[in-house]
Parts: sequence; structure tokens; C-alpha cells
Amino acid sequence: MVELTDVKVRYPGSKKDAIKGVSFTLEDGEFAFLVGPSGSGKSTIIKLLTGEIRASGGKIKVNDFDLRAMKRRQLPKLRRTLGVIFQDFRLIEDMTVYDNVAFAMRVVGAPNREIRKQVPYVLDLVDLADCRDRLPRELSGGEQQRVAIARALVNSPKLIIADEPTGNLDPAKSLEIMLLLQKINEMGTTVLVVTHEKELVNAFDKRVMALSGGMLISDGMDGYYGYEN
Amino acid sequence: MKINRIGYLFKEGLRGVFSHGFRSFASVTVIAACLIIMGSFALVAVNVDNLIDEMEKESQILAFVDDSLSDDDALLLEGAIRSISNVREVRFIDREEAFENYKASYDDSTIFEDLDASVLRNRYVVYLSDITLMKQTDQALRAVPGIADVNSQISIANGFITLRNVVSVVTAILIVILLVVSVFMMSNTIKLATFTRREEIAIMRMVGANNGFIRFPFVVEGLILGLLGAGIGFVLEWGVYNFITNRIMNSIAANLFRVMPFSSIMTPMLIVYLAVGVLVGAFGGAIAIRNYLKV
Repeated sequence: MVELTDVKVRYPGSKKDAIKGVSFTLEDGEFAFLVGPSGSGKSTIIKLLTGEIRASGGKIKVNDFDLRAMKRRQLPKLRRTLGVIFQDFRLIEDMTVYDNVAFAMRVVGAPNREIRKQVPYVLDLVDLADCRDRLPRELSGGEQQRVAIARALVNSPKLIIADEPTGNLDPAKSLEIMLLLQKINEMGTTVLVVTHEKELVNAFDKRVMALSGGMLISDGMDGYYGYEN
Repeated sequence: MKINRIGYLFKEGLRGVFSHGFRSFASVTVIAACLIIMGSFALVAVNVDNLIDEMEKESQILAFVDDSLSDDDALLLEGAIRSISNVREVRFIDREEAFENYKASYDDSTIFEDLDASVLRNRYVVYLSDITLMKQTDQALRAVPGIADVNSQISIANGFITLRNVVSVVTAILIVILLVVSVFMMSNTIKLATFTRREEIAIMRMVGANNGFIRFPFVVEGLILGLLGAGIGFVLEWGVYNFITNRIMNSIAANLFRVMPFSSIMTPMLIVYLAVGVLVGAFGGAIAIRNYLKV
């Protein structure tokens, strides 16, 4: 569960807040879009949720971690409850598909036995079982993003944060990725998709939160892209 | 930490060494070179120290007994001399022995035919524990009733002490400078490795790896490079030292001083080399990765 209450962020050296008192709650198992133009504060919200930056005011709780009160050494524990997907995939180029996914398990100390069981399972889930020994450069953009999704999923996170996951893909592949995220959500994982692709958001009947100038200007449950750029 | 995790981290460290072959080679070379320079100065210092030790052992003070004392009374002074602190050993030499020794130092003893032993004094040869206290011991001997005169080579002793101090200070300064250079080089080598792997490190952080897990492969990489550099440096130092000492032993300089054989200092030398290699490697690795662990 994600709970933001009157959260403010001011970057060092800046005279104004990048986030100006944003409040919202994302319940367990929910699927939501966070939309808004460039500079609206979407990236700042992601950095807040992943613990990269700290809020300068308000309350922020992610998966039972109080992000303003917790110590820095607890960050790895918070991040193990999250799966993050990026626009540019961020795969390790000299590792195979299998190793890229297994890597996420290895760094959290999962036993080999569990890695051998879990990695093929998630690769099958994202329909990449046949690509396990290929390198990222041998895959299409959509396939690379599916590897990134598999990596985000492999440690069974409570919350998946997708930062412009379809930004580098054509419309057909974008839809494919969104359907995959919806499938993951239906299996019980909370999903927050940050995007500015209006058509894609409108294609799904989901909650949409719109940011502008660091403020939450709309929060609708009807799937309508409430903010007009 | 579980065994399979440690194995994985070591494997990652090894991967770092071999995936950047040229950089690793440069790093090993720099460490080996620094250790050879440090080791060479340390070997010079050890040899100078050994030489001075030998000279110290030979360093002596002659305490002449007053002519007014009979031979028996002269012998009784030994107790008073031994009671002086810093006196390691005392030997009484009577006039006859001193005269014989004196004559023996000349090829033609006939020149002494008109002389007898009474021209010389009974004397004590006094050996010291600490050459730096020669002046104080000289004064203490002069204060012994029955000692007429004392002959000590204070200026020579001071020369030895100065030489030893200079060599020790120069060696210590060089070792510190070269250690800093080695750590800097190692740190830069691994910094380059961390730069090329920054995406990997960012992903590690994002999926919840703790700092220890991220740092460990780079520390292992540094350790391996440090140990390789130390091993190569040690073998080269061994060869160079033996080459130079053989040349010295076969030259006229062999009559002037004795060079310590490498075998007598091999074990401590190896331990120091490996310890420096490990420290430089691990420290360099840990410094290099520091900036990537802040978020």
C-alpha cells in the first residue's frame, strides 16, 4: 500500500517546491496511472516512492515503510518490496535474458534452487521462455521491456512502479506491455504506471491521477485521462 | 552470508579482473613497481641497520687504569665498571697483553726491542649495550676511582646513529608516498570499472542489494589485483636483490661490509608484500565504489 499525505519536496538549491502537498492512497492490488506533462513532478514521485530522495514535508508510507522516518540502511529492505520498470529497460548488456532476471534474485541473496525455479516461471509468464539464452541486443524493444518486467517481478514485489514503460515502443507493443502489466495486477500485485500517453491510458478502464506543476489536479476512478495537456 | 552467495560474489570479483584485462594488467604493474621501490628501500634500510648493529657490537671504549694501582688493585676495578648501566661486557687487558697486541699490529717487531710493557697501562675494554649512550658511559667510566683516562670514539658512534636515522626517515617517507600512490592507482583502476558497470550497480541498488553486496565484488577485484601485484613484485625483488648482492659479494666491496642473504629476510618480506597487496587492493576497491553507494 502507498500512502502520501500532504507530501512536499524541495530540491537542494531550489527556491520552490517540486511537489506541493500531494496526497493519495494506492490500496493493495490496485492499478493506477500517474499522468502529467514533463516537469509536472512524475519522476519526483517515483524517486520518493523508491527512496532515492526524501520528502521535505508530509507523510509517506510505502509497503509499511515510513519513508520519512526510516534509516538509510533500511532502503534495501524497502526496495525488495518494489519492482521498478524503466522506459530504457536498463538491462545488463553482457548478460543473457535468464541471467538478467536471475541477477535480481542473486543480489537479494536468493538460494540457487529458488532461482532455478522462479526465473523460468516468470520468463514463461512474460512469454520469453524461448529467449532465455539470448542477449538483450538480440531482442526487440518489446521483448527487452518484457525482460525488464520479468526482472521486476521475479522477487514477488508488492508494488510494481513502471516509469514510462512504453515510451520506446510502437503502439502495438505498448498495448502488449500494458496488457501484461494488467495481467500481473490481476494476479495480486499493485501496479502504478507513470506515463504521458493519453491514448494508452484511455484504452484501459483504470484509476488515473494527474499531476501538474507539482500538484495533484485530478484523481478519477473512471479510467478517463482527466488532464488535458 | 550464505556459501552460494559468497561464491557468486567471488565469481563477480574475478569477472571484473578478466573482463578489463588491460586495466587490470596496468594496475598489477603499478602495484608491483611501487612494491619493488618500497621493498628496495626497505632492504637498503635493513642492511644499513644490520651493518650498524654489527658495528655497534664491535664498538668499544678503552678505560685506562691509573699507573699508581698495582695489577691486583687494577683487577678489582672490574666490579665497579660492570655496575655502570649500558655496560654489556668487560675484559681486562694487562700491560703485557696490550704490548703484545700492539707489536702484533706491526710487521717488523724489532723496532720495539728497546721497549717493555711498562710503557703501556693496564686497561679495560668495555663493550656497550646501546651505542647512543656512549657519551654518558664515557663520563661514568671517568668517574670510577682508579680510571686514569678513557678513550671512546663518540664522533664515530654519532655518525652511525645519524646514518641510521637518515635511512629510516627516508625509507619511512618513501614507503608512505608509494603506499598512497598505490592506493590511488588501485582506486582509479577500480573507479573505471565501476564507471563502466554503473548501470549494473544502479540496478543492484534498485532491486534492493545492500551496500556490502555491491561493494564486495569490487573489493575482491582489488584484492586479487593487489595480491597479483604483490606476488610479481616479490619475485622480481628477489631476483634483483640476488643479482645485486652477488655482484657486491664478488667485488672489492665484500671486504668492507656483509650483505644480508635474501633467505634470511624472505619470510617477513613476503608477509609484508602480501599484506600491502591485500590492504592496497581492498582499500582501493572500497574507496572506488564509495560514491556509488550513497543513494
